[in-house]
Amino acid sequence: MDTATFLVQCLNAVQYGLLLFLVASGLTLIFGIMGVINLAHGSFYMMGAYLAFALAPLFGPNFLLMLLAGIVLSAAFGYLLEWAFFSFLYEREHLQQVLMTYALILVFEEARSLLIGNDVHGVPAPPWLAGTLPLGELMTYPVYRLFASAACIVVGGGLYLVVNRTRLGMMIRAGASNRDMVRGLGIDITRLYRIVFAGGVALAALAGMIAAPMSSVYPGMGGHVLIICFVVVVIGGIGSISGALVASLLVGFVDTFGKVFFAELSGIGVYLLMAVILVWRPEGLMRRGY
Amino acid sequence: MAGTATWRWLPLVVAAVLAVLPSVLTPYTSDLVTKIIVLAVFALSLELLVGMTGLVSLGHAAFLGIGAYTAVLASPEYDAANPLLLGLACVGAAATYALFVGALSLRTRGVYFIMVTLAFAQMAYFVFHDTPLGGGTDGIYLNARPALGDFDSGEKLHFYYLALAALVGTYGLLALLRRSRFGHALAGIRVNEQRMRAAGFATYLYKLAAFVLAGALAGLAGFLLAVKDGYVNPELLSWHESGAVLLMIILGGIGHLRGAVIGAAAFVLLKELYATPAIVGEVLAQHWQLTLGFTIIAFVALLPRGLIGLSARLRAVTR
Repeated sequence: MDTATFLVQCLNAVQYGLLLFLVASGLTLIFGIMGVINLAHGSFYMMGAYLAFALAPLFGPNFLLMLLAGIVLSAAFGYLLEWAFFSFLYEREHLQQVLMTYALILVFEEARSLLIGNDVHGVPAPPWLAGTLPLGELMTYPVYRLFASAACIVVGGGLYLVVNRTRLGMMIRAGASNRDMVRGLGIDITRLYRIVFAGGVALAALAGMIAAPMSSVYPGMGGHVLIICFVVVVIGGIGSISGALVASLLVGFVDTFGKVFFAELSGIGVYLLMAVILVWRPEGLMRRGY
Repeated sequence: MAGTATWRWLPLVVAAVLAVLPSVLTPYTSDLVTKIIVLAVFALSLELLVGMTGLVSLGHAAFLGIGAYTAVLASPEYDAANPLLLGLACVGAAATYALFVGALSLRTRGVYFIMVTLAFAQMAYFVFHDTPLGGGTDGIYLNARPALGDFDSGEKLHFYYLALAALVGTYGLLALLRRSRFGHALAGIRVNEQRMRAAGFATYLYKLAAFVLAGALAGLAGFLLAVKDGYVNPELLSWHESGAVLLMIILGGIGHLRGAVIGAAAFVLLKELYATPAIVGEVLAQHWQLTLGFTIIAFVALLPRGLIGLSARLRAVTR
């Protein structure tokens, strides 16, 4: 493998890892703070991709505006969903949470099939991001992928600031390390839950919107992402955002280079990584550290 | 109490009814009952984990799928295999993978355990999905059904009794297990693992034994499924299947062996009902998962203790 190919694969790995991070950070927060195992989280990613497909013709070249509109819509949806649905799940057993959210996946998938159909769609990248950059003598790299990485870094940085530098972030961190204590201190936990959930949905949907022009938009696209994100959460440690970041990048690299070196067995590499980490540290790399 | 005594004999009565059932059923209903029997074995195997040991696994379909694939891959290409040996091979293969998965995933607990079992199931899914071994997305066909002497599992009636024997055997084994020292230890672990450990039980090994046995029984169900359909594909290992079997035991009622059987029956019948255009209409039949999804939501919200819980609740109301 020459340097240019290696570089391209590294860029791909980072980009995939960062995208996973957006989905997984929401999952790990919802999980760490509310203790709800949310199988439907992958559906939010799928919704984001379909949202991009639906909104792209309306916004044309105003891609950033479209992302913003998508974030607002999905956050509102998440807020509603938490109010109508998830708020009843907190006191239930994990088993019932699994079933309820499993049922939600079925409902979301069928709703998607009823509304948009089962075809595979493509979403064009906006014209100002459609070109490629030369890399070495023979290779080029699509600008859109660089944009995707940059966007994820910006959002990730924003998330870091919110969690570590704001009052809301303080409550979130406190909630992740001791839920009952936060409730005991008189913080409006219902509102906190709702905000965190809406934020998680928006992050997953944003990841879906960013991914839409790179991978096509297709039925069942949430399922695969969901399970990989579980792997990320398990590796990183539940409730830890920085753990999710490290784990997503690890998974990104293992998956991308697995595809290069062992094409046939590439699907397995990530799970083997998880197995190794489980033997080494069953609690994940960073359990609830920030 | 008279009520308890009737309940005790119920499984035997049901088994007897199932044994004479094929002579009075149409081919269609007979197929449906066969399907229920096979899935009931699968549901029982998960009940051992979830109901008896308190371990919620969301990757149980992996063992079903490995059992099913072993049935096809270990059969000679054009000759009939010996059903006993083939069945053993399937059970063995599933148990081996269960040993690997259990040894690792039992290091975690709670939600971690749910996610880790799911991930390992997905890993097995990719092995059959991506490598030439499993024939890719299309799956592979079982050319000749296992046969031994006069017994030919390709015959529907013969297969029916094979499946019924497997169900009765599994049910009996688990019923005995529940009453054994081992079963009581599992129940203790479910209620309070810390205390069991303090009492000197190597809880990890007990849980691992339960996990491997559950995997082996799921492999048996997989063997039956492959022989019944004559065909396997990677979707058998998918997490939808793992979710469906969890749904079955919850539908029936967790903590009772008969709940798993009732749940398997309820699940098959519900699915059949929702996918029949003549009953629910063309559009809904096409999108039967939507109806199923809403049913599950309503069910978990209203009947967290399953159909068995319903009967208890009705008794309380009418009293």
